[in-house]
Amino acid sequence: MGSRASTLLREEEIEEIKKETGFSHSQITRLYSRFTSLDKGENGTLSREDFQRIPELAINPLGDRIINAFFPEGLDREDQVNFRGFMRTLAHFRPIEDNEKNKDPTASEPLNSRTNKLLFAFRLYDLDRDDKISRDELLQVLRMMVGVNISDEQLGSIADRTIQEADQNGDNSISFNEFIKVLEKVDVEQKMSIRFLH
Amino acid sequence: MVLFLDFNPFDNLLCILLGISFTVWFTLLLVFIIVPAIFGVSFGIRQLYMKTLLKIFEWATRRIERGAKDKNHPLHKPYSNAIIAKEPTSLEEEIKEIRRSGSNRDLDSASEFEMSDIFYFCRRGVESIMDDEVTKRFSAEELESWNLLTRSNYNFQHISLRLTVLWGLGVVIRYGFLLPLRVTLAFTGVGLLVVLTSIIGFLPNGRTKNFLSEKVHLMCYRICVRALTAIITYHDSENKPKNGGICVANHTSPIDVIILASDGCYAMVGQIHGGLMGVIQKSMVKACPHIWFERSEVKDRHLVAKRLSDHVEDKTKLPILIFPEGTCINNTSVMMFKKGSFEIGSTVYPVAIKYDPRFGDAFWNSSQFGMVSYLLRMMSSWAIVCSVWYLPPMSREEGEDAVQFANRVKAAIARQGGLVDLLWDGGLKRGKVKDTFKEEQQKLYSKMLVGTQEDRSRS
Repeated sequence: MGSRASTLLREEEIEEIKKETGFSHSQITRLYSRFTSLDKGENGTLSREDFQRIPELAINPLGDRIINAFFPEGLDREDQVNFRGFMRTLAHFRPIEDNEKNKDPTASEPLNSRTNKLLFAFRLYDLDRDDKISRDELLQVLRMMVGVNISDEQLGSIADRTIQEADQNGDNSISFNEFIKVLEKVDVEQKMSIRFLH
Repeated sequence: MVLFLDFNPFDNLLCILLGISFTVWFTLLLVFIIVPAIFGVSFGIRQLYMKTLLKIFEWATRRIERGAKDKNHPLHKPYSNAIIAKEPTSLEEEIKEIRRSGSNRDLDSASEFEMSDIFYFCRRGVESIMDDEVTKRFSAEELESWNLLTRSNYNFQHISLRLTVLWGLGVVIRYGFLLPLRVTLAFTGVGLLVVLTSIIGFLPNGRTKNFLSEKVHLMCYRICVRALTAIITYHDSENKPKNGGICVANHTSPIDVIILASDGCYAMVGQIHGGLMGVIQKSMVKACPHIWFERSEVKDRHLVAKRLSDHVEDKTKLPILIFPEGTCINNTSVMMFKKGSFEIGSTVYPVAIKYDPRFGDAFWNSSQFGMVSYLLRMMSSWAIVCSVWYLPPMSREEGEDAVQFANRVKAAIARQGGLVDLLWDGGLKRGKVKDTFKEEQQKLYSKMLVGTQEDRSRS
């Protein structure tokens, strides 16, 4: 049973993660179990290969982009993510509780706010992190999602139409604010949230 | 002279004592373990042992919970149960729902692509990162209660003094008494198997040879069962596999073979190994026909299928024992059955094996432990407790292909053993998942985009 944690999570760390992400104590310990079972190298960090070993993620058309979200520092192959980083990214998918909706505006925005959820999705498109989704970037994501089943021309026209509808300042790309505007009616809170059983 | 006289009697006494204890030891061994194994009877010692152990484990778990509550620390929870709620909606349904909620245009001109479509893939992806159905099947199941083995304890900071003493006692008993006993038995069992089957090999083929071979095989496997202190409950023995059939079972460890073969005679299928395994295999095949393949022959599927069907057609030969998963799974689920054995067209006798993990985890994680360290772990656990169900025989029905038949058998085994029925391939333990699954999803999504265009061009 060697995939047991070689160092158990300290109470102080759990408290810090709780404050930063909003997960409960038991959710954090369960996710820590999950983290250590994915960590085949047993060095306290996960690499891209560790994620790619999950079959359900490997068959997800956007699997690679989702894995990218855990490694914010460029596309270096040597990247590793520790448990804090792991939790910070997962925190985006925590459901928004009612008592959080009317928090005081001076507190920093929680990781699972509507805006941050939309930012997570935006970053899946915006590969070069220039805060704009260009036509190429949109095409890349579309190609990942449809595979070989749609021709280049058709895909191109879909991309053009999408940019045309969303673009407001005429720079032929979609900025984050334009992105938010297009999706303002979508139930982001529900669709980008994962409910825990405990 | 006087000094020497003082030493001699003492030495003699020591020798005599040692001699007596060895004799007593071996007599006890013979009477209580080997002789019952030969005749297939049981004194019920193991049942009693099991009940006592269970009571101790419950006590130990209560103490840990009390210890944890006193210090106000929550206990480490096993992750093998589901962490998150997963909705079983399909790709199409879910994306339509997302689009409907965000749509600010009339529903007649259904849009072909929305930027919110990626939410579906996003969420499914992160769900699988938090909890997926496959990777947890390849590591040992985590227990809710503690069974006094260090290897399965995650809350060791909560152990009180009394519990530590009990654990220490457990270590002494397991490594000092049980392990040597079991190793002796194992050597006896294997040794007898090799020697006796080689002797039987000299007999001419016929009824006597088959009869003797059956008795010898059963006896040696029963000794091996006692070497692991395996406490097995067989259910529905009227469905036991008959000659000319194929017995399929779910695979958790190499011990599965010993468990099934100690209750019935089977023809084994497998690759010839070198070393001790090879010696055992070669001598077994002298007494009755098993199907061993050279390494090179294993890849040739037609050859394998031919040898299996030839064996099955000869009604004097024993039923074949096959594990269609092809690899060891941790006994919480049943994974994809390889269709080879289901193409042959004979009656299939499904068998479900479920281990009770409280006494010792039987799963062989071959990437973590080699065979020898695995066997040592097995022999130093408390016991191996399992249930075997013989399911009614099944045959391929009209219009059913091998894959559908395999899935039907798999579902029956999973249902009986209380295991999760998965479509995933056990080969994912080592290999990558096939791209065809991703391509399926891409095709589904493309249909959503392109399908609407066709409707549009039609209107």
